[in-house]
Order: sequence, then structure tokens, then C-alpha cells
Amino acid sequence: MSSGPDLKSHRFRAEREADWQRLERILDHFERGLTTRLTDDEVIAIPVLYRSALSALSTARAVSLDDNLIAYLESLATRAYFCVYGTRVTAREWLARFLAHDWPAAVRGLWRETIVSALFVILGTIVSFALVQRDSQWFYAFVARSLAGGRDPAASTEALRSALFDTHSADGLAFFSSFLFSHNAEIAILAFSLGIACCLPTTFLLVSNGLVLGAFVAVYASHDLALPFGGWLLIHGVTELFAVILAGAAGFRVGWSLAFPGELSRLDALRTAGHQAALVMAGVVAMLAAAGLLEGFARQLIASTPLRYAIASATALLWGLYFYGGKRQP
Amino acid sequence: MSGVARGEGLNPARRIRELVTPEGVDLNLVLAEASERATAFLLDVVFIVLALVAMTIGLSILAAMLHFAAAAYLAALWVLGFFFIRLFYFTAFEMGARAATPAKRMLGLRVVARSGGPLTANAIFARNAMRELEVFLPLTFVATKSDSVDLWISVFGLVWSGVFVFFPLFNRDRLRIGDIVAGTWVVHTPRRILGIDLAAGTPAAQLVFDRTALEAYGIRELSVLESVLRAKEPGTMREVADRIRRKIGRTGDATPDAEFLSAYYVALRRHLESRLLLGRRKRDKFDTT
Repeated sequence: MSSGPDLKSHRFRAEREADWQRLERILDHFERGLTTRLTDDEVIAIPVLYRSALSALSTARAVSLDDNLIAYLESLATRAYFCVYGTRVTAREWLARFLAHDWPAAVRGLWRETIVSALFVILGTIVSFALVQRDSQWFYAFVARSLAGGRDPAASTEALRSALFDTHSADGLAFFSSFLFSHNAEIAILAFSLGIACCLPTTFLLVSNGLVLGAFVAVYASHDLALPFGGWLLIHGVTELFAVILAGAAGFRVGWSLAFPGELSRLDALRTAGHQAALVMAGVVAMLAAAGLLEGFARQLIASTPLRYAIASATALLWGLYFYGGKRQP
Repeated sequence: MSGVARGEGLNPARRIRELVTPEGVDLNLVLAEASERATAFLLDVVFIVLALVAMTIGLSILAAMLHFAAAAYLAALWVLGFFFIRLFYFTAFEMGARAATPAKRMLGLRVVARSGGPLTANAIFARNAMRELEVFLPLTFVATKSDSVDLWISVFGLVWSGVFVFFPLFNRDRLRIGDIVAGTWVVHTPRRILGIDLAAGTPAAQLVFDRTALEAYGIRELSVLESVLRAKEPGTMREVADRIRRKIGRTGDATPDAEFLSAYYVALRRHLESRLLLGRRKRDKFDTT
């Protein structure tokens, strides 16, 4: 070192710079998702280079007054940290684990909230059924005209029956079912995310869902069409209602943990509840996709009431076994 | 484009959060400002809209090519595409290696678990499902016409959802509701470029500074001098050089400003670093211990 000024921090940097640049190049590829461009040697070198960058950072903080160097090493070490410790599973592994264990376990964990959530829907249904039975004018209070589409207390038995058994060709149904799915999924996500406001909006959504349901049941029951209406509704309703109830349950869990965090801090309680509820919600979106298919295709193509009930009970059995019939331990 | 971080506020220390690696080194994460978060979100919305427009045009062309035979299926595809792009744009990108949406990448941000551990898929799903409440719900209140719903109800709804929209401004960590539920926060992890070592190479001016000249300043002044040298702005360099010359009593010095400054920088850094090795950290020029 005859030429340069002999600063310790300068020599320190000159000796290690090549390693840092190598790590930086690897990280650039990794972060752009170009992992296939990395050789085996480079992949093996990542943890080693990460540790040396980290120790260089703590040394540099102690011996160097070069701000640019320290900032660079902080950024390099942070990027490498997330590369090394941000252990990520591939989408397929995650999906397999999610379906085989995580989702049913999360749903089982919410059993109390699920019961409460279901009770609210049932409560709404019974109240509106009773009210519409006594005075059919109540129907218009619960069901928007656009939703009713002529299926109101004033409709004739024939009109009501045809609404249940109108079968269409599959052509227009694809649009219908995808529309239903995205609409329902939005409602379910809303029921979940509104839970944070101390459960109240979620309760409102669940009860009003029940109110609409009860009003329709009352109208059809008054024309002795309760049985076919049940088939028409339940063929997809088992899946859809279950999904909405689970979404409500997820919302309750989040809201409840905010209001009554127990021994944890509110922040920690929310995080724990949030993770579990999010698992349930990811599955709810999938359930609603299934319900959308059943509603859009199966219901419109199958006009036989016994067959509709058969499919409804099959789905009920499937979901029940899947969620609650599995082994308790992973 | 020196080592100065983009968007460092007036008091960056308030935004620094500890993240100690298992190896025991604190990485000093810098939280993203609310303004950066908002910018990133708006940019992402622009990207989403562009993606939707591209999808619409693509499907229309496809429909026209098929002479509208399968128009209903394509319409179904459109509805599904709309839903998935809206819901999974954020989720899919944040599950990637960079843990950031395209706009967050452009701003050098990333999503990080507050515990410092790995960022799970559940956390990402949770933080983005809550977006529905924070963004799209207020939008529906804005969009609702006053003829169907009472005006006051939508005003109330707007105020109520405004609480969620502006939530990040009312906590130190700039957490939005989704961050709280998911246990995440958003930090700066910009790519930094390693500048040249200002202490490398032979100094053009062989200046010798005595001990009092080197005792005049401390670490803070050294770091200001470093940024002046990296910026290479002649006016500033002259001003700073004159000031240092006055301070250390070298007013008659005729060395060019740049050479004088870089020689003084190397000498001061050597002096301060050797004191640092002995455990004495001279914070600034007022630190006389």
C-alpha cells in the first residue's frame, strides 16, 4: 500500500467488496424471480455471503465513518436477511397444506363463532318468516324490488312455480354464475372485514341475510311451494349459506379479540385472530366459487326437486365431514 | 444518486425500527411514510385499471374473432377476471420474493412481518382482505346516490369509513387496519449503490493538518462533508471549503476547493476513526470530551 492513504476502514472495504458485489448480483436475480439463472454454487453461497455481509455491517458500524458504506451494507444485509429467513413455500405446497390441514383446523377453531353466526341468520329468517306470514306487506320491507324480480306476495302460484323450475341452456349461465360468485364473495369479505367494528355490522349483515331468506320462504309457503323452494334454494344454499356463516364467524373472531383481548395486548390478539380468520376467508372465497357453479349451472339444469335435495344433502355431508370429521391432530 | 435514502424525512430517527437478526445484528429498518404508502397504492390502482382495460380489449377482440359465438362465456370470464385481478393483484405480488406490489417496488418498499419472522401467506391474505373495508367500502358510500339511501346515512358512512382510511396517520408505526390484523408493516428496503471510497487513491494535494485542525470537527460534520464531496456541487464546495479554512486557520491556502476538501476529509476521517478504535466517538464539533 504505497499509493493510497492507509485507512483501516479503506482496507476493510477493499478486501470484502468483491463478496458484497457477488451477493448483490445473486439478490438481484432472486428478487426478480430469476432463480433458475443462479448456479448451484451461488445458491449454496447465499447463507455464507449473508453472514459475512452481516458481520461486515457490524464491523463497519464500529470502525468506519463512511456513511455511504454503512447505508449500503445495511441495505444489502436487509435484502439478504429476507432472502435467507423469509422462508417461503411454493404455491403448490401451500395449497396442499391449506386444504389438508390448515383450513379445516381454522374452521374447527371458530366453532363458537360459527354457531353464533348461524344463530343470527336463523334468527333473521324466523323473524321475517313470522312477520311476512302475519302481514305480507312486511315482505317489501325486507326484500328490495330489484332482488324480488316479481316473486313477491302479489305473484300468482304459477309465476312463483315457473321461477323455480325455469331451466335454461347452459350458454347464459356462465355469466350468471360468475356474476353471482363475485357478488357473494364481496359480501362475504365485507362481513369479515366489518367484524373489526366490534362485530355489529357483521351481525347486521347476517341478520339481514336471514330476513331476505325468511321473507321468500314465507311467500312460497303461502302458496304451498315451500318444498320445491327448499330444493331450489338448498342445492347451492348449503354451500353458500355455510360460506357466509363462516365469513361472519371470521368477522366475529376479529371483532371479539379487539373488544376482549384477554391476556394478550390488543395488537397481539388482533394479529392472532386475524391470521386464523384470514385462513377461513381464503377458503370461503373458494366455497363461494363452488356455490356460484352450483347456482349457475346445477340449479338451472336440474329441475327435479328430489334430485336437488339429494345434491344439497350431499354437499352438506361433504362439508361437514371435511371440516369436522377429520383427525383432531395434524 | 448518492447514498442518501430517498424520502428520508426531517427526523429519520423516529421512523427507524429495530430488527435484530438471529445473528444478533440490528438491521435498523426504516418505516415507509404514509405519503409513500398512499402513492404506492394509487400507482397500484392505476396498474390494476390498466390491466382491466387490457383484459377488456383482449376479450373483446377474442369475441369479435369468434363472431360472438361464445360471448356469454367470455363475459363470464370477464367478471371472474375482474374479481381476481382486484382481489389477488396485491396478494399475488406480495407473496413473491420481493414481498411488494410493482408500485411498492418502484418506491423501494416491502411488506415485512412485525415479528421479524417469515411473512406468511395468511398474513398477506389478511392484510389485503381488509383493504375491502378500508378502500372499497368508502367508495361505495361515495358512489351511492342520495335518492336510494338517505343522504345523512351515506354521510355518516363516509365519516365512519374515513376513520379506517386515515387510520395510518394516527399511529406511530403507520399501520393500516390490514397491517394490524395481519401483524405486518411496510418498510424501506431500497437498492443502494456502493459509491466510490472517498478515502481511496492518492490525494492530489499533499496537505498536512495539525492536531488542532483535526480536533475542530466531529462525526456529524464528517458526514456532511462526505455528502458535499459526493454531490460535487462547485458552489457548495467553495462555501464549505472557505468555512473550514477559516475555522482551522488556513485562510491563505490556495489549493483548489475539491482537492482541499478531499484531503481534509481523508485526514479527518483517519483521525476520527483511530479515535473510534480507542472507544472515543466524537459526535460533533461541540463534543469536547
